[in-house]
Amino acid sequence: MIGIEHYLVVSSILFVMGVLGIFLNRKNVIIILMAIELILLAVNINLVAFSVFLGDLTGQIFAMFVLTVAAGEAAIGLAILVIYFRGRGTIAVDDVNRMKG
Amino acid sequence: MTVAAFTFYAFALTTLTGGLFTVISRNPVHSVLWLILAFLSSAGLFVILGAEFIAMLLVIVYVGAVAVLFLFVVMMLDIDFAELRAGFVKNVPLGLLLAVVLAAELVLGIGAYQAGAVTLGTPEAGAATVSAAVPNIEAIGGLLYSKYVFMFETAGLILLVAMVGAIVLTHRKSHGTRGQSISSQVQRRPEDATRNVNQPVGQGIEL
Repeated sequence: MIGIEHYLVVSSILFVMGVLGIFLNRKNVIIILMAIELILLAVNINLVAFSVFLGDLTGQIFAMFVLTVAAGEAAIGLAILVIYFRGRGTIAVDDVNRMKG
Repeated sequence: MTVAAFTFYAFALTTLTGGLFTVISRNPVHSVLWLILAFLSSAGLFVILGAEFIAMLLVIVYVGAVAVLFLFVVMMLDIDFAELRAGFVKNVPLGLLLAVVLAAELVLGIGAYQAGAVTLGTPEAGAATVSAAVPNIEAIGGLLYSKYVFMFETAGLILLVAMVGAIVLTHRKSHGTRGQSISSQVQRRPEDATRNVNQPVGQGIEL
């Protein structure tokens, strides 16, 4: 029988993979954004699993809002990436120092 | 192994494989495709759980919109990805160490729950409980448009702001094209634009 622990293990492994992705691809902003999407997906799996096993729908509503914010974040992040690439010709995170005071 | 258990393990394994190769893939286009695989198979996980609405939302929003947006940006920008990958091997030890520590903490938490130290509890009195008679999508719709209607509106506002922000950020003003200036059209008056001439007979007209 598949219990909530199975879903929790899957989501925690996915979360750790997302964090690992941020550390491994420290220069590539696109992969970092994708790793953040993975982390949010892990959070969503957690929320939905708890919602179903607890019998409370609120978790699924909250997962929907997380999805909304993730979509907005991806759109804004990629827009910033595009204008940054237009100005610099690269997307390496190490070179991002234009806004230092 | 029952069919439900087999399906769960298949989808879970596919999700984790997709997540792993998203992170370690050499080519960012492949990364996006692995990300799509992870999203699709976690949608399968949600279907097994009985949360059909979130599953369909994941397929439509993530695979249909966000992943395609990533694909567009990766393919549109001419980036030297080999150069960006330079620090990959150098970062592996620290990254793996952190990942192992984090995973150990999470597993400890789940182990504590399984050992009975933490109980899941029961929904509160005012909670929106799941009923077998009402389908998942109907229940979520009823909840979303009644109890959480203001949050729903706020989510729409967030999306609007994100859309306007993305357009403002990436929009380029085009020079060299002729457009309509409505204010100068409206401000134009007859005395500025026309003149009365008492034209003598037999002479040419001066324009």
